[in-house]
Amino acid sequence: MSEMTFKGGKAIHPGAGRRKAVPFPKGRVLAPEEKEAVAALIGPPPYERPLLIEYLHKIQDAEGCLPAGHLHGLATLMKLPMAEVYEVATFYAHFDVVPDDAERPAATTIRVCESLSCMMAGAEELISALQAEDMPNVRVVRAPCVGSCHTAPVCHIGHHHVDHADVAKVKKLALAGETHPEIPEYQTLGDYIEQGGYKVLRSCLAGDTSVDDVIASLSDGGLRGLGGAGFPTGRKWGFVRAEKGPRLMAVNGDEGEPGTFKDRHYLETRPHQFLEGMLIAAWAVEAEEVFIYMRDEYPAVIKILRDELPKLEAAGLIQNTKVSIRRGAGAYICGEESAMIESIEGKRGLPRHRPPYVAQVGIFDRPTLVNNVETLYWIPKIVEKGPDWFAEQGKNGGKGLRSYSVSGRVKKPGVVLTAAGSTIEELIELCGGMLDGHTFKGYLPGGASGGILPASMSDLPLDFGQLEKHGCFVGSHAVVILSDKDDMKDVALNLMRFFEDESCGQCTPCRNGTEKAVQLMSRETWDGPLLKDLAQVMTDASICGLGQAASNPLMSVIKFFPEDLE
Amino acid sequence: MTEKIKFELDGRDVEAEVGETIWQVAKREGVTIPHLCWLPQPGYRADGNCRACMVEVEGERVLTASCQRKVAEGMKVKSASERAKKSREMVFELLIADQPEREESHDPASSFWNWVDDMGIDARSRYPRADRPAPDSTHAAIAVNLDSCINCGLCVRACREVQHNDVIGMAYRGHGSKPVFDFDIGMGHSTCVACGECVQACPTGALMEANLLDEKGKRVHFEDKSVDTLCPYCGVGCQTRVHVKDNKILYVDGRDGPANENRLCVKGRFGFDYIHHADRVTKPLIRREGVAKDADMQLRTENISDVFREATWEEALDFAASGLKKIADDKGGSALAGFGSAKGSNEEAYLFQKLIRQGFGTNNVDHCTRLCHASSVAALMEGLNSGAVSAPFMAAEDSDCMIVIGARPHQNHPVAATYLKDAAARGSKLIIMDPRGHDGGLERYASHHLQFKPGNDVALLNAMLNVIITEGMVDIQYVQAHTEGYEQLKKRVAEFTPEAMEPVCGIDAKTIREVARLYARSERSLIFWGMGVSQHTHGTDNARCLISLALVTGQIGRPGTGLHPLRGQNNVQGASDAGLIPMVYPDYISVEDPAVHAKFERLWGTKLDPKKGLTVVEIMRAIHNDEITGMYVMGENPAMSDPDAHHARGALAKLKHLVVQDIFVTETAWHADVILPASAHAEKWGTFTNTNRQVQLARPVVPPPGDARQDWELIQELAQRVGLDWSYKDVGEIFTEMAAVMPSLDNITWERLLDEDSVTYPCDDPEKPGNEIIFSNSFPTRSGRAKIVPAELLPPDELPDADYPMVLTTGRLLEHWHTGSMTRRAGNLDALEPEAIAGLNPRDMKRLGLEPGAFVDVTTRRGTIRIKSRVDRDVAEGMVFIPFCFAEAAANMLTNPKLDPLGKIPEFKFCAARVEKVDEKVPAEAAE
Repeated sequence: MSEMTFKGGKAIHPGAGRRKAVPFPKGRVLAPEEKEAVAALIGPPPYERPLLIEYLHKIQDAEGCLPAGHLHGLATLMKLPMAEVYEVATFYAHFDVVPDDAERPAATTIRVCESLSCMMAGAEELISALQAEDMPNVRVVRAPCVGSCHTAPVCHIGHHHVDHADVAKVKKLALAGETHPEIPEYQTLGDYIEQGGYKVLRSCLAGDTSVDDVIASLSDGGLRGLGGAGFPTGRKWGFVRAEKGPRLMAVNGDEGEPGTFKDRHYLETRPHQFLEGMLIAAWAVEAEEVFIYMRDEYPAVIKILRDELPKLEAAGLIQNTKVSIRRGAGAYICGEESAMIESIEGKRGLPRHRPPYVAQVGIFDRPTLVNNVETLYWIPKIVEKGPDWFAEQGKNGGKGLRSYSVSGRVKKPGVVLTAAGSTIEELIELCGGMLDGHTFKGYLPGGASGGILPASMSDLPLDFGQLEKHGCFVGSHAVVILSDKDDMKDVALNLMRFFEDESCGQCTPCRNGTEKAVQLMSRETWDGPLLKDLAQVMTDASICGLGQAASNPLMSVIKFFPEDLE
Repeated sequence: MTEKIKFELDGRDVEAEVGETIWQVAKREGVTIPHLCWLPQPGYRADGNCRACMVEVEGERVLTASCQRKVAEGMKVKSASERAKKSREMVFELLIADQPEREESHDPASSFWNWVDDMGIDARSRYPRADRPAPDSTHAAIAVNLDSCINCGLCVRACREVQHNDVIGMAYRGHGSKPVFDFDIGMGHSTCVACGECVQACPTGALMEANLLDEKGKRVHFEDKSVDTLCPYCGVGCQTRVHVKDNKILYVDGRDGPANENRLCVKGRFGFDYIHHADRVTKPLIRREGVAKDADMQLRTENISDVFREATWEEALDFAASGLKKIADDKGGSALAGFGSAKGSNEEAYLFQKLIRQGFGTNNVDHCTRLCHASSVAALMEGLNSGAVSAPFMAAEDSDCMIVIGARPHQNHPVAATYLKDAAARGSKLIIMDPRGHDGGLERYASHHLQFKPGNDVALLNAMLNVIITEGMVDIQYVQAHTEGYEQLKKRVAEFTPEAMEPVCGIDAKTIREVARLYARSERSLIFWGMGVSQHTHGTDNARCLISLALVTGQIGRPGTGLHPLRGQNNVQGASDAGLIPMVYPDYISVEDPAVHAKFERLWGTKLDPKKGLTVVEIMRAIHNDEITGMYVMGENPAMSDPDAHHARGALAKLKHLVVQDIFVTETAWHADVILPASAHAEKWGTFTNTNRQVQLARPVVPPPGDARQDWELIQELAQRVGLDWSYKDVGEIFTEMAAVMPSLDNITWERLLDEDSVTYPCDDPEKPGNEIIFSNSFPTRSGRAKIVPAELLPPDELPDADYPMVLTTGRLLEHWHTGSMTRRAGNLDALEPEAIAGLNPRDMKRLGLEPGAFVDVTTRRGTIRIKSRVDRDVAEGMVFIPFCFAEAAANMLTNPKLDPLGKIPEFKFCAARVEKVDEKVPAEAAE
């Protein structure tokens, strides 16, 4: 044979030759324009990892969504893995991630609240009607509680809040492009100061009032965490102060518990009383920085705070600390304090294990004071008027004043400021009685997670520690009044669907438990043993309060309303 | 911290260390607690999310996850209370509800199903099933079946916290949450580098080796045995556990070796099946008479029998030996040369050089170390009289600052890279110096990336030395106590101000100063380098600069400091140590040292060549000059790996007698007179020394195919046929003889390796581990001091000009190893990188009018190859990058054979080139 047989020709390819090489490196190829577009939106470096959610907001606000190219640009600018940006972006309901091959969502989003009070007021019909309407460039989606249960049904058109929503009103506003928040009239800095505001803070800053005195006042006054946990505020401050600095503080303004709207009420009417309380707390624990974590559903509040904080700065009232606002992005779980801390750090809102407690290991692993808005709101008054003034306003063994958010089947729903330890009978009375044609059947004493009590138990003092023996709790004092027109099975299912949507997905009992519970509770007949086993594991083995309490309404129905299950 | 915590576990008083978790103590106390999301392996953080390990703590309202809950004084833990047990069983029942039926499940032998068995739980759930994600079959090696996923997040931790490859996230929320790749795209389309850490960590089979499953995604292959051995590829030296069925490798897991702690990369985990490839030579082959040799020869598997005929072992060995012997007898031993391989074991390297030296009386024995770190070793020997690393790469964990120059560990030493990334994530400053970008690699972890002009390493490094000296950052005490030559360095670098070097190296003076300060002032700084430093005509100078940096700042000899040339091949350290180098006997003792020479003559009972031999490229030249006419090549592939490969192939073709011992008919073997079928790594016993100086034991996993034989036996057969009275019975005996002549192996015995699998040298005591950090007190030079050698500024040999306006640089791809003879025959790796590609900057692509994937002709003064283009932002403008693993477009047809004067290493990293568009139409489509 000729030697030429083996010479030249197509070169030898030891591979199988079945596939072709890709003409790009691995993964999505970033276009330079994509990076530039993001840089234009978020400004020049340095880019801080904890601000990831803030950057995502900037893109979402500008683009109406988060296109994949923008996310890639952001990941590159921030030197973050694509997956890390993506997992954060897809965790929060207010971010619309748009993959490369998908269409962008409509420019305007109408979010109709589908939580219990709104559903009782006809939200389902509103949603169907709006979805049937011909509104170009508008999409209608369901949303969890937006904190306005007393004006149900409600919706948001972009950031524009609509009370007592009906199709005509919503359509008109949407087509008119009314997407910006309406800022309510609120007490100005001047008015507040004129009425004696910031006196307490000034006295603290000047050293005329001691930290110990303030803590003593709060403890004697019986002030407790009004976000729902009811932990004595003075004691909490003491714990944080006992930890080695530097310390931080967070304000929990993620008022997401369905039925609750008291924090919003105070923030939109008397923001400075809250801000004074916050600055006193920051002073007391020597917090280097205060993060106000405000839910994205309260755009008016965010605007108010953004307007008022510089005024405080200018007035020299923010001393030895720094106040930053962090905007939530649609996640109920971020009302859980450790999930909120994760979110402040720019991550997904996954609750942390306890111990360690956030007072020891909180934001950026530093000792952190977390207080609810209303808790802080009462501080200047208690210090000013004395602990007794506050404590003595309680009844039935309760101490102090409480802001009950009352909604549902009463004539005049709203925030009811009254004695701690009040009963449901008194609250219904204060709200003008039951709606005509409705007979009182039962009530949610503490929002979606506080369980359901029957009308027969109308004399219980609605205070911390009073309802636990019945499998319920008062939590954030979100009271929803139910009547003979309400099917408790539907009520419980509505609440469980909420938990299913809002479960962070971290732990098995809550992630799978809420999902299985919804499936089981959607059936014609409830399987008692299966649901009870489920409730048990959720309560015993979930990481945080969401999963631990999610089965409360379900168990209440089995216990107190067996007739509705027949 | 000797204080113990006392607490109660199931009614018993037990003690624990501070920081221990309930699960850890329970395990020690023999109490079994199920776990899914908790993987008790190095690098894995307890996450406590699956809730399979819940226990009851007295006085607490809810149960607690024992995997992450630390014990506290006085705590009363009930690990098996009814409440805890019920909860754990319910967790499993909830998870089972969403799993495929066990009989249909992806991996019925998964840890999930094993727990179901152990706990005695019903494998059927009473709860309704949820919607489950669809399978993702976009990846060649890994099957993604998230219908089995339990959201435990181990894959996310594996990818992001253990290997730091950063591809997997846990996206979405609630029961819709799931692991995603990048932006929730198919794994095969993502930035996944297929390290397979997620596969190894997954407790359910949601992520699995695709080859274990049938077309329905059900596991059908189960191992009948598992063998602990080593990875055959790079110098990291990962320990592996290889699972075998019917003498075929099924899959590979990482083992807890000192250099990998269970981690592997794509090659080590998925590149194992080349040993079963149909191209394996299984019979001795002798070249048919009358079939001429030619440099341009191209040989295909299907016509091998036209060139070679099968022979018996007797005939082939006689033929091989007599051909060599005849040349030696006729023209003297210097007419012969041998190339051993850094892929072979220490024992093979030792025997090979012994045969060449003892049997043929020549020192013409070399191997591919010449082509990778010869210049580094030259500079290290000159300065420190030791060619090895001063610290293992795990020292990164203790560092405050790391320089990685001319190295791409994320591609070439992927598991070592995980340690660097981990250190950077912990806060150590990582400075990359590389003309090419590191997107998807170290870039994200780097505080600085100096993309200097290629070939200007000395300008940059001397400028750093200038800053360190002029700004008073020299560790004077260290310099005075441990070095010599500082004054000359000071004088030499005086003119190398950062301002003067800025236009030369392309890095602004401010950055040079910043980086120099960071390196010098950090408490503990460490330098890693690779072939970007060594493969230059000024490679030795480059390495001298790095050595000087460490010496003048005293950044050596302490934990977290030192010099670490990342060694390429799995045994390049060991093969060099064993004397597979023309200038030295085992342990780097000069062949020209009369005393040593005499010692070896006595030991081996024969006259030895008193002059150093020729190096790899010099041997090729000597063949062309008719000085060498016969060669024995064991496991080496110079036809692909040598510079100016056409010239090298011409040399091979010109040989009168070429004996090639290999597992495939490599491009080198095309020119052979006789091919001896040998054993692959997975088929042999042997020790291998990794980049960290860890001597590690490999065990045979499967027998060699057909008539293929052990390499050491073949060397011995030839030795006996040329008249040597060798009679080694096994590999252990060879090791023992080798260790006896190598003081570096003191206290490391074959028996100890059988027992411990890995021992670091130098080792002071048979009972103690070896010394990871060396040069703590002094250097092994005569004076005990290290020599600082200043470097000159020399340009690369061949600068771009009008005809050849671009710069060609060569290197590797993550998926392919060296000349590709193994990896291109590994199914998964071939599927991932199937074709030859040339990386070009997008701007150059545009300038040349190239669509991604278009074919180009790349031409240098040595030749032209046709190759597919790939858009690669990592490649600087004006450069073209070509991996040298692709036979159909062999990069080394183009490279410049000009050598570094001391290290004799060619300049693979720089030559002038021209890139031209060609008409060949190939659509720019993605692979299937």
